[in-house]
Amino acid sequence: MQKLMLLGDEAIALGAIDSGMSAIYAYPGTPSTEITEYVAHSREAKEKNILASWSTNEKTAMEAALGMSYAGKRTMVCMKHVGLNVAADPFINASITGANGGMIVVAADDPSMHSSQNEQDSRFYGKFAMIPVLEPTNQQECYDMVSYAFDLSEKYSIPVMMRITTRMAHSRAGVVRKPAREQNSIKLPVNLIQYVLLPGNARKQYKKLLGNQQSFFDESAASPFNKYFDGTDKSLGIITSGIAYNYLMENFQDNKLNFPVLKISQYPMPRPFVEKLISECKEILVLEEGYPMIEESLRGFLNNGIRIKGRMDGTLVFEGELNPTKVAAALGIPVPQIANIPEVVTNRPPALCSGCPHIDSYLALNQALDKYAKGLVFSDIGCYTIGALKPFESINSCVDMGASITMAKGAADAGLSPAVAVIGDGTFTHSGMTGLLDCVKHKSNVTVIILDNKTTAMTGGQPSHGDGHLFDIVKGLGVEEEHIRIFKPIRKNHDENYRIIEEELNYKGVSVIIPTRECIVETNKRMREKFK
Amino acid sequence: MKEDIILAGVGGQGILSIAAVIGSAALEIGMYMKQSEVHGMSQRGGDVMSNLRIADHEIFSDLIPCGKADLIISVEPMEALRHLPMLSHDGWLITNSTPFKNTLDYPDVDKIMATLEKIPNHIVIDADKIAKDLGSTMSANMVILGAACPFLDNVCLDIENGIRNIFGRKGEKVIKSNMDALKAGREYTTALLKKQTIKI
Ligand SMILES: Cc1ncc(C[n+]2csc(CCOP(=O)(O)OP(=O)(O)O)c2C)c(N)n1
Repeated sequence: MQKLMLLGDEAIALGAIDSGMSAIYAYPGTPSTEITEYVAHSREAKEKNILASWSTNEKTAMEAALGMSYAGKRTMVCMKHVGLNVAADPFINASITGANGGMIVVAADDPSMHSSQNEQDSRFYGKFAMIPVLEPTNQQECYDMVSYAFDLSEKYSIPVMMRITTRMAHSRAGVVRKPAREQNSIKLPVNLIQYVLLPGNARKQYKKLLGNQQSFFDESAASPFNKYFDGTDKSLGIITSGIAYNYLMENFQDNKLNFPVLKISQYPMPRPFVEKLISECKEILVLEEGYPMIEESLRGFLNNGIRIKGRMDGTLVFEGELNPTKVAAALGIPVPQIANIPEVVTNRPPALCSGCPHIDSYLALNQALDKYAKGLVFSDIGCYTIGALKPFESINSCVDMGASITMAKGAADAGLSPAVAVIGDGTFTHSGMTGLLDCVKHKSNVTVIILDNKTTAMTGGQPSHGDGHLFDIVKGLGVEEEHIRIFKPIRKNHDENYRIIEEELNYKGVSVIIPTRECIVETNKRMREKFK
Repeated sequence: MKEDIILAGVGGQGILSIAAVIGSAALEIGMYMKQSEVHGMSQRGGDVMSNLRIADHEIFSDLIPCGKADLIISVEPMEALRHLPMLSHDGWLITNSTPFKNTLDYPDVDKIMATLEKIPNHIVIDADKIAKDLGSTMSANMVILGAACPFLDNVCLDIENGIRNIFGRKGEKVIKSNMDALKAGREYTTALLKKQTIKI
């Protein structure tokens, strides 16, 4: 059978295309971006009329998916782990409304923070919402789980979560396809009050969710993705979650694994297997990629049950992703003596591309702020966050998308002046607009700089939703027209540009400056296409 | 039979093309393969690496265990050294000698070279110069891959075929310049090994 080499992300996308999905909604974010990219570029998806839609943020994506599901069709919504924070409100409430057409929420976690602000574990969100969570072990499972998850979602009228981590998302392996299924046609919910979460109905719906919990346990116990491998040596039982299973097996290529192993890939945890393992084994080792969720629930608050080893007792370090070497050490398997990184090696942090418009914006900003003390610039997430590093050192914060404007507001309220916010165009439409409205409403003394490079650069150049009408949006939110300033960030205009910033820093009210020039990577991409 | 390879370089230097060529050659002969990549933040001029694993049996981990890589193939000399903890005792390190200096504190190149010389099994090749002499500066990454080819022979990969698969869409001219680059790299290593009468 022909194997396709696919990233975990791509395998999920193809699985969705083959399972009768009608629409995928997403906001980009590493390591989840390639799922939606794959559908957007797939010829088959186009032929099948599958919608691939980049939303303004994760919340709007989640809600659009819920609407698609309401209409009876299968849908997937994808985001990185912190995106689920943004979408948490519709996500949790969707577990109460339930789904109609199959609905899968994909959350891609980033342990070790390769491209993220934290390493939060989305399985906790799944548990919080009390819905089934699937966690694939390899690329084939990524593909296979999607159709299974859609069926499960429709069987119980409940959104289902798929949780992956960076190494699953961004690693390729061979995947075999299965026959494709047709899409659903439009079919409204039988009970038209299902989605009305007025308290009276919300209580009913919540009861229904609670009533389904036992079935979710039963599904986990019968799941083809949860496996119990018995072993003769009961001195230790091992529980793995997701890709941790691979790191375990990697250490038993040449020698036989005699310990019983429970591989968990569907939650809630499969109770009968867990009971069997715990009753038969002297000690338990828990290997999970992420926070010690399984470990903590087995330990219980008083930690007076059986002996459990994992991230909480130091058998494995608490933070960071697992790898075969860490797992070997946890099992007491000797690891080869390794060389150190030679001393001459220095760090190579990411850098702004040569020709990047952000460089010129930061040079202008630095000069305009030269006469003030340091520490006045709140910023946000995107390529421009690199401006925190040498040689610019222009910005003083990066917390969550949109926080630049609102933090500047708070600091201005505290009396800091000037209080500057630097935010990308994509981040502004994601979560900055509401904060700017707060500033306008309270006439806050802030200078907001929206770096308009006409794209979502950091995640690979997805469309930027404010492109072409940022001025109108800002004006529409109520910023005075004479304090909305647009300039082109190029070296030649440096003097003019920094003076514009200087003028607005002096204005005691809301001003918005919009340096506008296309991302150099996108310009080069266009040129290459043109002269091909 | 297995080959565990660390590919290293700087974002934008083309290590994913090397991975794609080797991967395609491996698939062609029905080998198992896993390849993990770095996306996101680091692609902006930061250090990037890829774990590429090929075997005639099922591969579990997407990551190569520390100290067990058979090869480090790097398009940049300092990046080759960064991943030294991954290399096994009898593994080989193949690297470009042309530095990519995009940081303020890039170390003294002589020091890097001296450190590379101390590694038991290493091939250092000026791939940028060779590619330039061939008239295609863009194919330095294929020169490096060529220099690594003699070490891939034990897994019987037809790398030329991989190049045809990956660059086929771009036309004969692109295929040829990549083939020439590959050949030049391979000849460099073969000659070097012969001179030192090293058997691999
Ligand atoms: C809630 C959330 N969603 C997604 C991301 C991933 N992410 C980081 S930066 C970025 C895009 C920023 O685009 P823009 O503001 O236009 O800046 P640019 O990179 O183009 O300079 C995204 C999507 C994130 N960190 N947090």
